[in-house]
Amino acid sequence: MIQRLFVGGLVAGFAAGLFSALLHFAFIQELILLGEKYETGALVHFETAGNAPAAEGHSDDNGDDGHSQDHVDGAAGEQGGDSALTRNALTVLFTGLIYAGYGLMLVAGFALAEQLGRKIDTREGVLWGVAGFVALQLAPAMGLAPELPGSVGADITQRQIWWLGTVVATGGGLALLAYGRSVAAAVAAGVLLAAPHVIGAPHLDEYFGSAPAELGAEFASRALGVGLASWAALGWLCARAWNSGRV
Amino acid sequence: MNAMTQTAAKTGTALASIVFAALVGATVIFFAGHAQSATLHDAAHDMRHSTGFPCH
Repeated sequence: MIQRLFVGGLVAGFAAGLFSALLHFAFIQELILLGEKYETGALVHFETAGNAPAAEGHSDDNGDDGHSQDHVDGAAGEQGGDSALTRNALTVLFTGLIYAGYGLMLVAGFALAEQLGRKIDTREGVLWGVAGFVALQLAPAMGLAPELPGSVGADITQRQIWWLGTVVATGGGLALLAYGRSVAAAVAAGVLLAAPHVIGAPHLDEYFGSAPAELGAEFASRALGVGLASWAALGWLCARAWNSGRV
Repeated sequence: MNAMTQTAAKTGTALASIVFAALVGATVIFFAGHAQSATLHDAAHDMRHSTGFPCH
């Protein structure tokens, strides 16, 4: 069992991560690099010319040191030097890793379902993948849209807490909706799905973003589209791996 | 050991494996997606932005 879980989750997850990294470079990376040009001031959007609060807001963040490093990497990214290669290799590695983590959770879910007498075929695997996308990306994005570099958000810890709460509540709500058998379960599912959005995500009182709104919108919608495709592939691959590992 | 306790033991082992796999998965997601150390943040930066994790 443990071998089937780990081989299925890690291998299928990492493979889905490689597919996701491919989509990342096809649709998203160019927007990140462009966003960083606005963030560093290499490009200036007419409405935010000389907008000091954006820089101030950013220096409050814990990750500021790390982020200034990204500016250097971003500049190198344009030149196509060694650091661009390193940066992109790390993106591939970490996309593989994060999907391996997702894959393990998904296969653990398949195993739990099997213990309760349900077989997860590839079609159901894709549905689980889409549900994972809703729980880990779409629902959190309704409160905290995927951020283009150059966006300034509320305190990182508060946002992470809201993100985690939303993922747990949405995952629980979807599981109840899919597998609950009573009206009470459906009602509880509705409450869990709605609660994070009734509570509301932490936001600043003002907007400090230095990049054009159009660029931020394009980035957010592409990130969600890539996420959906990647998660559907993850669900399919995990179900295939899980079933082929049956002994 | 009768059949019933054997089944119960098997189910217990299976549940422990499931919980362990889910915990390892959650730990990987935490470190790749949320940990704020500068090195991890830099390395995971572009992935965090494109997968919608709160990044910085």
